[in-house]
Amino acid sequence: MRVVVNGVEHALADGSTVADLLRVIGVAPTGVAVALDGQVVPRNQHQGTEIPAGAEVEVLTAVQGG
Amino acid sequence: MDDPLIIAGREYSSRLIMGTGGAGNLAVLERALVASGTELTTVALRRVDADGGSGVLELLARLGIDPLPNTAGCRTAAAAVLTARLAREALGTDWIKLEVHADERTLLPDPVELLDAAATLVADGCTVLPYTNDDPVLARRLEEAGCAAVMPLGSPIGTGLGIRNPHNIELIVARAGVPVILDAGIGTASDAALAMELGCAAVLLATSVTRATDPERMAAAMRHGVTAGRLAHGAGRVPQRFWAQASSPPR
Repeated sequence: MRVVVNGVEHALADGSTVADLLRVIGVAPTGVAVALDGQVVPRNQHQGTEIPAGAEVEVLTAVQGG
Repeated sequence: MDDPLIIAGREYSSRLIMGTGGAGNLAVLERALVASGTELTTVALRRVDADGGSGVLELLARLGIDPLPNTAGCRTAAAAVLTARLAREALGTDWIKLEVHADERTLLPDPVELLDAAATLVADGCTVLPYTNDDPVLARRLEEAGCAAVMPLGSPIGTGLGIRNPHNIELIVARAGVPVILDAGIGTASDAALAMELGCAAVLLATSVTRATDPERMAAAMRHGVTAGRLAHGAGRVPQRFWAQASSPPR
């Protein structure tokens, strides 16, 4: 299936979870936050939350700013 | 002299809140943060890239500085609320510096979106520190909405134009029941001192230090400026007079 991660299209196995996605894109789950179609997915739900096809996922972290 | 800054029950001995934006690299930033004496410092939230994290959170943790995530770049209440919720998840803090910018040229706060987002985040259980216009009416509305502080601008972000309407800042301070933090527009140490003389509880600045020729030296200057202004505010300045008054005896 195709999903959009941080504005870029990715191919992902059907039934992949948020935890799977982070592994695929090589991001450690600490210090990041994930929004799935505009809703925050808490870290303790990364394993159990399946990503629907065509979903828009945002993966954010802290950077210098403000 | 024990004179802590207290925000939402948290105590800080420094009244200088720093930002991390604009520093050339983390080593320069570290020296500036240490010289500033700050205990609370803002970070932004952005999409992760292939290079991984920026290292700024690790730096703050090592220096014992509390991170204060912001919602810079958000143009609507909805975007700011989502960013704040993501920040809470990523950083494990429910403190948020709420920013909703009206447009890119001025970066002025959009008051309608700001108040809307503040109310939503307070209901969410966040400790909300809003970056606001120097508008005493809006500041009051933000406090009534449950914000833990109000943070009026001295002038637009990054301009270094100082405090353009000192009387408005005094009006905000006079009626506020929460800490007033002068946020944005500070150019040099005398601006920071003025903010404190006007009665602000703290000063938040970034550009004036991180983009100074010598960030570490300017950070130290800001630290002293804030301390001097705070002392002067509490010391009871002499009234301004039209005519001279001799300070030496007549004979």
